[in-house]
Amino acid sequence: MSLKLCEVTKPGFFTTVQDLGRFGFQRYGVPVSGAMDTYALTAANLLVGNKPNDACLEITLIGPELLFLSEAQIALTGAAFFPTVNREMIACWQTLQIHKGEALSVGSPQNGCRAYLAVRGGINVPVVLGSRSTYVRGDFGGFQGRQLRTGDVLETHESTAPLTSGFSMPTEAVPEYTGELLVEVVLGPQTDCFTDRGLETFLSRARYEVTTDSDRMGYRLEGAEVERKGSMDIVSDAIPVGAIQVPRNGKPIILMRDAQTTGGYPKIAVITTPNVSRLGQAKPRDRIRFSKVSPSKAREGLLEYLKALSLLKGRLVASRL
Amino acid sequence: MYQRAKYLPVGDNALLVEFGSTINLNINRRVHALDHVISKAKLKGVKECVPTYRSLLIYYDPSETSYEPLIFQTKDLEAKLDESSVFAHERVLEVPVVYGNEYGTDLGSVARYHGLQEDEVIRLHSGRDYTVYMIGFVAGFPYLGEVAEEIATPRLKTPRLRVPAGSVGVAEKQTGIYPCESPGGWQVIGRTPLKLFDIEKRPPTLVLPGDTVRFRPVGKEEFENLSRDE
Repeated sequence: MSLKLCEVTKPGFFTTVQDLGRFGFQRYGVPVSGAMDTYALTAANLLVGNKPNDACLEITLIGPELLFLSEAQIALTGAAFFPTVNREMIACWQTLQIHKGEALSVGSPQNGCRAYLAVRGGINVPVVLGSRSTYVRGDFGGFQGRQLRTGDVLETHESTAPLTSGFSMPTEAVPEYTGELLVEVVLGPQTDCFTDRGLETFLSRARYEVTTDSDRMGYRLEGAEVERKGSMDIVSDAIPVGAIQVPRNGKPIILMRDAQTTGGYPKIAVITTPNVSRLGQAKPRDRIRFSKVSPSKAREGLLEYLKALSLLKGRLVASRL
Repeated sequence: MYQRAKYLPVGDNALLVEFGSTINLNINRRVHALDHVISKAKLKGVKECVPTYRSLLIYYDPSETSYEPLIFQTKDLEAKLDESSVFAHERVLEVPVVYGNEYGTDLGSVARYHGLQEDEVIRLHSGRDYTVYMIGFVAGFPYLGEVAEEIATPRLKTPRLRVPAGSVGVAEKQTGIYPCESPGGWQVIGRTPLKLFDIEKRPPTLVLPGDTVRFRPVGKEEFENLSRDE
């Protein structure tokens, strides 16, 4: 059974329903989608006692305004958006009780790009191809396959009992978001398409700026051109999330969660999983530098990251609601 | 085809097995054969495989398996690979297409590029069977090959922002069908009313790698009738 949760009174810049992603369908051309910052979405869910993969709102740069139609327990994580309830500032990274008739205004961030709003019980939208994530270009998933608009009414699962006490995230587990990112990459699979000078430019000298031509599909970067060997592209192969492709103009493009599943530009490197999540907070004009890690070091890093995520629930601090 | 397949790490959670660097049916068959046996073998920790023209990307869960054992298991399966078994299903799909005019806005320029009449382009495009090499780019887009040399045409210099759903395009020796409206740079020569992607179906795509696709020229009237049925 479903319960009316809130009405969208202002949709914000780009607000969609996301979970941790849609897996198993890349072979059919379906991108993984899901939260750009998986860490923040997972944390938001844990703070309201949800499963890590429950559906949340992903909020981008300008937050929505929501009028609550029932009692709710929520948590906001990710970039600090200066949210208010009935015009009073509220805290992020902790469980909050919202009363029927209250208005939440999510605000805008000083640093970072995306906030995540979890509600106890999760946002109830149909599961499409195994996920509740919105894939806007495909018109499916999430809330009617699109970003939220004024007048939309979101629902939650009625059967979930409210929490009797809340949680907050210890400060050490709250990431700091800055406009300068050092991002770890594993080189390949097409390093042989680049000259030594091109690789050096990419790794050591250059600082790239995220352009306004950036969204859930990918980030176009501005900065030193990465020199390629010849102008030939490759015969299309698979594109993982976090791949960095370099078209003929030498300007790298980072492929994010809604990217096409295959492509014909050579890929100089792939960003490690924990770093893709951090990069989900990059916004236009932020600066990125790339540093190389060995594949085995990257794999160790991923295992540590997954372990930290699995222990995150145990690190929550009890708080009053 | 490479003498030996290349095994390459991709990021921190995937293994790429690359059989070659060109569009070639023998290479592609090996890709799909390996995909098939990996899925049958139910290797522990393998989450998802993405077969393309010339390689297979294998995603795994690092908490269930790790890179070296996965290479070992995959090489073992590759050594015993039998390509003849995978495309044994012989599915043939006939795709009705209305060519030219507002349905295929680039038919005229493709014809001019090769010094052909539009009719000849249609005859050449619909006159042979195509193999589905892979699905990619957007949900349900089949990459088909190969078109006759006489109509192989480079992509548009400037990609279009909107290509209508059902558009049939040509890019070099490839041909393909846009399942939904999307940006695109292929030369659009016609349109089909068939629905190539459906989230309610399993698999969600109308065609699968290894299938044969045959284009059948139809008139506007039949196109409109078929569109209503879809």
